[in-house]
This record gives sequence, C-alpha cells and structure tokens, in this order.
Amino acid sequence: MIWGVLQFPGSCDERDALNACEVVGGEARLIWHEERDLSGVDGVVVPGGFSYGDYLRAGAIARFSPAMEAVAELAAAGGPVLGICNGFQVLCEAGLLPGALLRNQELRFICKQADLLDSEGATLSIPMKHGEGRYYAPEEMLDALEANGQVAYRYADGHNSNGSVRDIAGVRNERGNVVGLMPHPEHAVDPLTGSIDGRQVFEALEGFAS
Amino acid sequence: MPKARVLIRPKEGILDPQGKAVERALPALGFEGIGQVHVGRMVELEADDLEQLGELCEKLLANPLIEDYEIQPL
Repeated sequence: MIWGVLQFPGSCDERDALNACEVVGGEARLIWHEERDLSGVDGVVVPGGFSYGDYLRAGAIARFSPAMEAVAELAAAGGPVLGICNGFQVLCEAGLLPGALLRNQELRFICKQADLLDSEGATLSIPMKHGEGRYYAPEEMLDALEANGQVAYRYADGHNSNGSVRDIAGVRNERGNVVGLMPHPEHAVDPLTGSIDGRQVFEALEGFAS
Repeated sequence: MPKARVLIRPKEGILDPQGKAVERALPALGFEGIGQVHVGRMVELEADDLEQLGELCEKLLANPLIEDYEIQPL
C-alpha cells in the first residue's frame, strides 16, 4: 500500500507519519499542499501540526488547499484517509468527518501518554499533544454516531483530559474509510518510544485501499 | 468601500472555558456582580457587496456547528 502524507505550511508531524506508514509495511511519500494530483497513492494521512498557522480556527484554512480537494475525492471514492490531531481538525472543518474540536477544557496544552479504547474494546497506549482537542458535536449527532458505530476511539476512564464529549478521541465517517483522532498513533510505532499500539490505527485502514 | 463588522461567539450551551477563565479572575481583581462572560472573535472587513458576507461566515469565518455569527454593516 502506498500512503501519501500531506504537508501544509506549519505541519510538523509529517516525518513521523511517513515513518509509521513504512513501519506497518507500506510505502509513503510527502504530498505538498499545492499538489492536486494523488494518482499512485492508495491512502492519505493528514498529519498533525499547525497548518497555515491555525489562523482563524484550527484546520479552517487548510481545508481549502488543492491537496484537500484531492483528498475529498479520494474519500468519496472510498479510499482510506487518516487525520491525526491537526489533520483531524482539518477533516472536521472540511466536512469529511462529523463534529468539531474546541479549546481544551482547562485551556492548557496537554502533552502526555493516554489510554484509548478502540471500537472492539482493545486498549491502545498513544501519546496526545494538543491545545484544541475537545471533541464536540450536538447531542443528536452524538446519538447518531454511536448508533452507527462511528465512534472509532474513546479515552479510557481517567484519560479524557481535554473534556471531549462522551470521551470521544476519534471518529469515522459512515463508510468507515475516513478516520480522525486527536492522539498521535504515528508517535507510537517503535518500542524505543514505549508503545507500538499506534501501528493498529494505520493497519485498521489498510482494508480500504483499492 | 462598504465596511462591516462580524461578531463570532460560541453557541449557547457549549462550554466556553475562555469565558469561565475570565469570570474566575474577576473576584481577585475586586470586580463583583459580573457573570455570564463569553469570549468570541471580531472580524472587521471591507467588501464591495455586503450581501456575500453570510456565505463567507458559513464557509470560513465561523464554524456553524459551534459558533453563532452576527454581521453588522458599519
């Protein structure tokens, strides 16, 4: 599988994302935000960072980039798209995922290891580092997400430090090919950094590659 | 060119930690009887046609899921 990793001005986790794609057995190349052509790429990672300085709102400007137009097309065609942290914010702003990310409840930037539960109830230890990671969606939307099985990752008990509604750390679209989460699986793929649970987040999307 | 001011504020009912932080700071400064503080954004701009500002707010200046906006022609 060949992954494309987007790079906006202000992205900062694209190198680790490239590495993670390769660790799980794929190939990966960087895609500059002005590139409109994703041919040859099976799936896309929208990485963390501060795209376009996060001016206005996190992810609000990045959604209008040429590369994001191409990502929207890939997503519509059923290709795998993974948004991490700022990438999750971008996918929400672009309307590819439901909900929005707000300033952390305590207004502090949070940087620590967190336990997540995936849809099957398995626990993943993955670092989080963000200032605007409080997932929010209106009640009726949350009910629909839960009914459709669209809550991809939740913070385990005691690990929801940003105040996300219903402990939601990550969501997927209805089809399941677009996933976004605030914690950083790309930083948890090598035993050197304490956990390799992040690999599962990448592997879970491989089935959507055509 | 016509000028306008756009006020963007968190939707009612959504936790507004910035507003809360301001509220919590007030007693220490001796301010009393002030509450329900909400912190938003203000955008000032000039536009040939102010009619297009609604669409601009929906698409870019505000996120309608979490924010309300108000357009004030100046």
